[in-house]
Amino acid sequence: MNVIFDIAVIGGGIMGCGAALRLSEGGMSAVVLEQSDIGQGASGVNAGTLSMQIKRVKLMSYAIKGHEMWEEMGDRIGFHRTGGYTLAFSDKEADLLHERMTMKKEAGANIEFVSPDKVISSEPHLTKKIIAASYCPDDGYANSSLTGHYYRSRLKEHDVSYMEKFGVTDILEHEDGWKIFSGTKVVVAKRILLAAGGWCKKLAGMVGVDLPIRARINTVSVTERAPLLFSSILGHATGLLTMKQKENGTILIGGGWQGKGTPEQGRGQIDIKNLIANLQLAKFVIPDLANIRVVRSWTGFEANVPDFYPLAGKLANMDNAFILACVRGGYTIGPYISKLMGDFILGKETEMPLFDPSRDIIEGRLI
Amino acid sequence: MFDVVVIGAGPAGVNAAIDAHDQGLSVLLIDEGRDAGGQVWRPKSASIIKAPVTPTEQKGEHLRERLRKSNIKRKFETRVWHIEKCGDDGWIIGLSGPDDEKQVRSKAVIIATGAQERVIPVNGWTLPGVLGLAGTTALMKENLLPPHGRSIVAGTGPLVFYVASEILRLGGTVTAILTLNSKLDWFKELPTMILKPQLLFQGLNWVLSLYLKRIPIYWRTGIKTVEGDNAVEGATITKVDKNWAPKQGHEKYIPCESVCYGQGLMPEISATRLTGANHHYDEKLGGWVPTIDELGRTSEKGIYACGDNAGILGVTVAPISGKRAARAVIEDLKGENSGAKQSNLRMMQKFGRAMTALSISRSGLIKFIDDQTEICRCEGITKSDIDHEITHGAQSHNAVKSGTRCGMGPCGGRFCMDTVAMLTEYHTGKTREVIGLPTARPPLRPVILDTLSDDLDYDDLPIPGVSPL
Repeated sequence: MNVIFDIAVIGGGIMGCGAALRLSEGGMSAVVLEQSDIGQGASGVNAGTLSMQIKRVKLMSYAIKGHEMWEEMGDRIGFHRTGGYTLAFSDKEADLLHERMTMKKEAGANIEFVSPDKVISSEPHLTKKIIAASYCPDDGYANSSLTGHYYRSRLKEHDVSYMEKFGVTDILEHEDGWKIFSGTKVVVAKRILLAAGGWCKKLAGMVGVDLPIRARINTVSVTERAPLLFSSILGHATGLLTMKQKENGTILIGGGWQGKGTPEQGRGQIDIKNLIANLQLAKFVIPDLANIRVVRSWTGFEANVPDFYPLAGKLANMDNAFILACVRGGYTIGPYISKLMGDFILGKETEMPLFDPSRDIIEGRLI
Repeated sequence: MFDVVVIGAGPAGVNAAIDAHDQGLSVLLIDEGRDAGGQVWRPKSASIIKAPVTPTEQKGEHLRERLRKSNIKRKFETRVWHIEKCGDDGWIIGLSGPDDEKQVRSKAVIIATGAQERVIPVNGWTLPGVLGLAGTTALMKENLLPPHGRSIVAGTGPLVFYVASEILRLGGTVTAILTLNSKLDWFKELPTMILKPQLLFQGLNWVLSLYLKRIPIYWRTGIKTVEGDNAVEGATITKVDKNWAPKQGHEKYIPCESVCYGQGLMPEISATRLTGANHHYDEKLGGWVPTIDELGRTSEKGIYACGDNAGILGVTVAPISGKRAARAVIEDLKGENSGAKQSNLRMMQKFGRAMTALSISRSGLIKFIDDQTEICRCEGITKSDIDHEITHGAQSHNAVKSGTRCGMGPCGGRFCMDTVAMLTEYHTGKTREVIGLPTARPPLRPVILDTLSDDLDYDDLPIPGVSPL
């Protein structure tokens, strides 16, 4: 006879593991089902940026809470608070920077505007072509490669079951709950939580729910160990560049330049044209990057819906199916919102509101 | 747009390029070396070009001469760092080399990237003076210089005897030859070796030259540790059992200045993997290989594989497999069956497989690695770091890598990949197929950022709008 879990969490990233841990704390028996290895999807391949300056205004309070949790995780997850600059190189970008950072500041982020001279005096390797800049002392990063290691350890510590290489092939209603299949393997649970990022569209489809989930294919690159070139994290007014130099000297370059592929086809692929533009932009900001070797470039899927707000709540108003996905800034916010999700499923009042997946989702505003 | 780009100018790649060119296809041949020949027919360095010629060199010269006469467009000292599918429009290949062309397009890509060496790490393996067996042959072919001082030559298969006899021929000193194989291992392959009497004779000649010089040959013996403070001063050798595990109490110290060792060759599959083609694990072919049909077609349309990267079958098979890949490309692009008679590969494949069989890893090899032995040289990760990660739940190659940084350095895991898989196999009992390989990603080799493209003005950067607020 199969064990019947109180809940099966599909997706072993930050969202799924975080929720499973909270649910287990609240007394539910949870199992995490992961198609590859724990923490190897977007949670493990993103650039690790923990920046308030690139968070959406409406999600700022969640990001601030998330940031506190990352700080608590500390060394185990490679947390560093470095401070971060966002840079503008044209008048148009400067206007954008002012408009956006003012709103984020009002939303509670600790952001100030700084003069280009001040940026250069603290980061002398930066290009002299900066026109405007903002600074947030709370910004920093964590080591996303350690996501799997960290959450696997936490699941073990808290005796939460997990199954890796469990790629869900079908979900069927079963008595008062669900049967979740991976080929011939089957898991039975009273509830399900879909927390599989870009793969949630397919999973929701298995229970007959059509969600407008799309996936961006973000590119990240890393260089060899380089001499110290900068110590703050760096961003671009448009959001199209993030850079950090880690303690070991390697430099991570991201910014959401698009690769190719879909979650259904497996892992995405880089697009040579966009990769080169991404690296050229990085070199523009730090000219000394020109002679540094790039060691690896990769992509990860960032799921979203057209309004770019999270799906966090009941799936199609069912009482035994939930979804947590499409959180923009999900790496920073993930530890916190997954905790809220756990509380919601446990029937507790959540500290902050969640985002009903059954709302009218309209195309979001792009400035 | 080329009809076909051939990556790798060894015996397989050059033969593929020449045949495709002869059939009227537009061909570009790329190699990171100065000239064609690959590892096996590696050209001599320009400064010693007048040195006496050996039979292997003659074969290489012949190949280079055919290529020169063919007018095939070629790029040497050029690295392929990326291969990307463009829908139905063929492939883009990213280049890093001396000329200005940074990207080329092609309908088909023949991948002939050859082999890489399997080296089981032992204590001291990172000391200056330790060389791979294949690395040693490359140095000797290019510079005609044997390794420094007294050498211990150790490993598996025929390469051990070839390297030792070449060191002697070039005036070097071999102080001991160690092979994990037993005489019986060789005896078992004898019926196959007789199929290629010329090669058998050549092999016997190597061994004879060693006997004549009274160089001790230690059968079923391997390097346990390499000793020395700042450079190799000697090595402790040990007898092994039939699983190649070191036998307690059968150790011996031999002073030397160089240690040349390796445990066979593995297909160099990073390029075929980057294309997304299917691969499978076949220890009889040296490890992970692209899954191909008999002409070398992979599962990706327009991607072909030939030579040792499609399975370690050696230099007798490589030229023919190159010709076959060219035939497949011609058939696929022109839609016609060339009708060319297929030369019989089977006998040569059989020979190649017999040689590779002598190097198939055995379970005891893992016992050569101590807890504190460095496995990932780039990141300084030891066996105990990796053991810890696996016993705490990492069940795949990707999981071990992201938890420990093993394989995240500039070599891209090239040198530690097989050892990590071996340890994971040992601890979890999972098969190599389940353990898998780390995700294939560009660049194939580290590339200097500035060499990837021409400079772009800031205003020309294709910035695609703004992220949502």
